[in-house]
Amino acid sequence: MAPPRNHRPGFSRRAQYTVFAGYVLAASGALVGAILLLISIIDPRAFAVFRGAVREATTPVSAGLDWAWDGVSAVPRGIGDYFGAVDENRRLRAREAATRRYLMQARSLNRENARLRTLLALRDRSASPVVAARLVNSSASSTRRYATLNAGSSQGVLRGQPVRGPDGLIGRVVETSPNTASVLLILDPESIVPVRRTRDGLSAIVAGLGNGQVEVRTAGVVNAPLLAGDVFVTSGTGGIYPPGIPVARVSRSQRDVAPARVFAEPDALDFALVERAYLQPPVPRPTPTATPSPKPAAE
Amino acid sequence: MKLLGPDDDRNDRVLTRKAVLSIMAGSLMTLIPVVASVPFLPPFGLLMFLGWRLFKPGALPVWAAAPLGLFDDLVSGQPLGSAALLWQICSLMLDLVDTRLVARDFWQDWLLAGGSIALCLTAGRVFASSLSAHVDTALLLQIVVSVALFPLATRLCTALAGREDE
Repeated sequence: MAPPRNHRPGFSRRAQYTVFAGYVLAASGALVGAILLLISIIDPRAFAVFRGAVREATTPVSAGLDWAWDGVSAVPRGIGDYFGAVDENRRLRAREAATRRYLMQARSLNRENARLRTLLALRDRSASPVVAARLVNSSASSTRRYATLNAGSSQGVLRGQPVRGPDGLIGRVVETSPNTASVLLILDPESIVPVRRTRDGLSAIVAGLGNGQVEVRTAGVVNAPLLAGDVFVTSGTGGIYPPGIPVARVSRSQRDVAPARVFAEPDALDFALVERAYLQPPVPRPTPTATPSPKPAAE
Repeated sequence: MKLLGPDDDRNDRVLTRKAVLSIMAGSLMTLIPVVASVPFLPPFGLLMFLGWRLFKPGALPVWAAAPLGLFDDLVSGQPLGSAALLWQICSLMLDLVDTRLVARDFWQDWLLAGGSIALCLTAGRVFASSLSAHVDTALLLQIVVSVALFPLATRLCTALAGREDE
C-alpha cells in the first residue's frame, strides 16, 4: 500500500507555495510537451538534431549488443556445421555437378552481354554503394518503423538515400548524424515506394501498412488484377529508389489493392547497402532578382 | 514534496537518482539489436515510471514526468513531445486519484497502471501514425503484454528502492 501523500502541508506558507509551484511546473511541462508534439507532427524533421545526438551516444551500445548476439547465436550453428560437414560435403558435390552447366552458360551470356553493351555504348549509372553498414536497432516499441544504421554523414550517408539489403529494398535514410542514420523502413505506414510489376511493367505503389506487411496499389489502371506471386521491383519514379530493386511479392490475388510481403524481411536484416539517390534532388530555381522589368507604357 | 525533488536527505536523493536512472534504462530497452516489423516491445520506460510513481510516490516530484518522457521520445521513434505530454498527464491524473483514494491495494494500483498504459499507447499511436495504418492488432497485443508485465516493473522498483521501509 502506498503511503498517502501530503497534499496539505500545514500552515507553512513556504511549503504551500512549494507544492503549488510543483504543480505549475508539471502543467507547464505538459504544455511544453504538447507544443513540441504539435511542432513535430507538422514538421517531422524538426528535432532531428537532438535525436541524432542521442543516437550518436547510444548506437555504440546497440552495435556492441549486436556483435555479442552474433557471437552467441553463431555457437549452435558452429556445432551443427561441425557434425553435419560430411553430409553437407556430399550434397554440395552433387549440386556443383548439377550447376556447372548453368555456370558455363551464364559465363558465356555474361560475356555476350558485355560485348553487346559496349556495342551499344550504353552508359550505365555507377551503382557503387555509398557504404555497407549494419542496422543495429529499431523503434521496437513504437508504431512507426525506424531502424538505426551504424553509419552516418561522415561516411557519406545523406538524407533521402535508398537503403537495400541482399534480398531487396529496406527503406530510405530520413535523418543523419555524424556516425549514425535513421532509416524509414518500407513497412512504415508513411512509406510509399513507386514500383512496377516484373512481368508486364504495370506501375503501382507499395505502401507500408504498419503490421509487418505492405500493400500494392495500382496506379492509373482501374480494375487491374494482382495475382498472388506477382513480383514488384522499384521503377525509379520519384528519383529516390534506383529501378530494379526487388520490393515485394503479392500474397493474395485481388484487384487494384492487394496485400504483399517484402523481400527484405527485417527480422533477418544483417548488412544494409546505402546507395546514391537515383536522381539528384532538383536545384532550387534562382530567386528572381529585384530588377524591375520594363513595363509596357501606359496608354 | 519539494519543488526540486524530495527532501535534501541523502537517502531520498539516492532514491531519486535510482528512479531516474532505472526509468531511463527502461526507455533505452529499444537499443536491443532487433529490427522489428511490428511494435512488439512493451514501453519499459513507461512501466518503470508508473512503478515508481505508484509504489514510491516520494521518489519523483510531480513534474519529473515531462523531462523523462522527453528522453523516452528521443529514443523511441515517436514524435518528440508525445511521451512528455502523455506521461505528465498520467502523473497529474494519478495525483488526482491520490486525493480521492487515500489507501490503494495492489489490484487498484494495477488497474490504474493498466489504464495509464492503455491511454499512453493508444494516444501515442494516434499521434505517431495515421488512423488508416493497420497497427491496431499489434497495439492491442502490446497493451496486453505491457499490462501483464507491470507487476514485474513494480518488483524491480521495490527491489531498487531497497529495504528502508520493508
